[in-house]
Amino acid sequence: MATKRKQRMIFVIVLISGFAAATALALFAFQKNLLYFYSPSQLSEAEVTEDQLFRLGGLVVEGSVVRMPDGITTQFSLTDMQGQVQVEYTGLLPDLFREGQGIVAQGKLNASGLFVAQEVLAKHDENYMPPEVAEALKAAGGEHPVSIPKTTVE
Amino acid sequence: MFTFLHKYASPQYFYSWSASWQKWASIIAALLMSVGLYYSLLNSPADYQQGETVRIMYVHVPAAWLSMFGYMVMASAAIVTLIWRIKVAEIMIAQCAVIGASFTALALITGMLWGKPMWGAYWVWDARLTSELVLLFLYFGVIALSGAFDDERAGARAAAILTLVGIVNIPIIHYSVEWWNTLHQGPTVSKFDSPSAHPSMLIPLLVMALAFKAYFFAVLFKRARTELLLRERNTSWVKALLKEAV
Repeated sequence: MATKRKQRMIFVIVLISGFAAATALALFAFQKNLLYFYSPSQLSEAEVTEDQLFRLGGLVVEGSVVRMPDGITTQFSLTDMQGQVQVEYTGLLPDLFREGQGIVAQGKLNASGLFVAQEVLAKHDENYMPPEVAEALKAAGGEHPVSIPKTTVE
Repeated sequence: MFTFLHKYASPQYFYSWSASWQKWASIIAALLMSVGLYYSLLNSPADYQQGETVRIMYVHVPAAWLSMFGYMVMASAAIVTLIWRIKVAEIMIAQCAVIGASFTALALITGMLWGKPMWGAYWVWDARLTSELVLLFLYFGVIALSGAFDDERAGARAAAILTLVGIVNIPIIHYSVEWWNTLHQGPTVSKFDSPSAHPSMLIPLLVMALAFKAYFFAVLFKRARTELLLRERNTSWVKALLKEAV
């Protein structure tokens, strides 16, 4: 009886560790495909060709937002503090869109290196606080608490 | 040690001691839920960026935590089922799956309701959302598999194997926001040294999380006890119990 139980115990251990190893290998192999977006500095390494649809994530550079005369097209720069990419988007922006905000845009690079977005999503960070606390932080000279999208792949 | 385990897990003994556990879990859940809901919905500040939408978090985050916690309870029951073949553990698997699936669905739905105003989309296929959806399908698989056999005990063992295969998904859900670029934000509370939520929001959130956990056990014991009576309906102890009741 005791040996039977031992056998089952080994079965459970082999089952869990086997599947964990298989999954780890699969995830490692598909690592690049599991990224929801590229950051501007990853873009130079990622081999994206012209007309290839992909997502780009970063912070909207302060002072870079320009509304075009047609009233619905917006141009801005995205940064991850290492690289910077110019983005153009025609359409309604999400409520959280503002300078300094993290966003994720889906679109294509055109010939001149301008990223033409078809969709813009706001990336909310993990900070939660009442407005008064945010005000106080700002007054104390602290930076606006935005999270910088991660740039490391490895 | 294992004779001790067998004694507490014998259907008759479990049925008697779980009654008070069920009662106390229900009382704690009701108390914490009313306090937690009052603070999270009425008496906590709006967020500096999200405004009142932040209140969705007080349901979403505890539901998402519970979806993973419930899976770990189910996996523990699965290990006991496979190694010791204890009847009560076999029953627990399917009961955990039903509650876990409900809370996974709740986490997904509340997340979508939050995502539309905040991100600008109900759903995106990033690693966190996709792995949580996989969790829902795993729960469905466990429910289906445990009911797919004429022999309930064989069904429980099959469901136990699926449960243990699916357990790799739990660390993936948890670390998805750290391993890959995701639209979903990173962890707020698990950074224990400096959680990124203000105490006036963090405390209601933790009260809600405890309330959800207590509710989980209250429902789990209720369901397990009912299922146990059904499966053991032809045994002498259930017949004696019925005679007492009448």
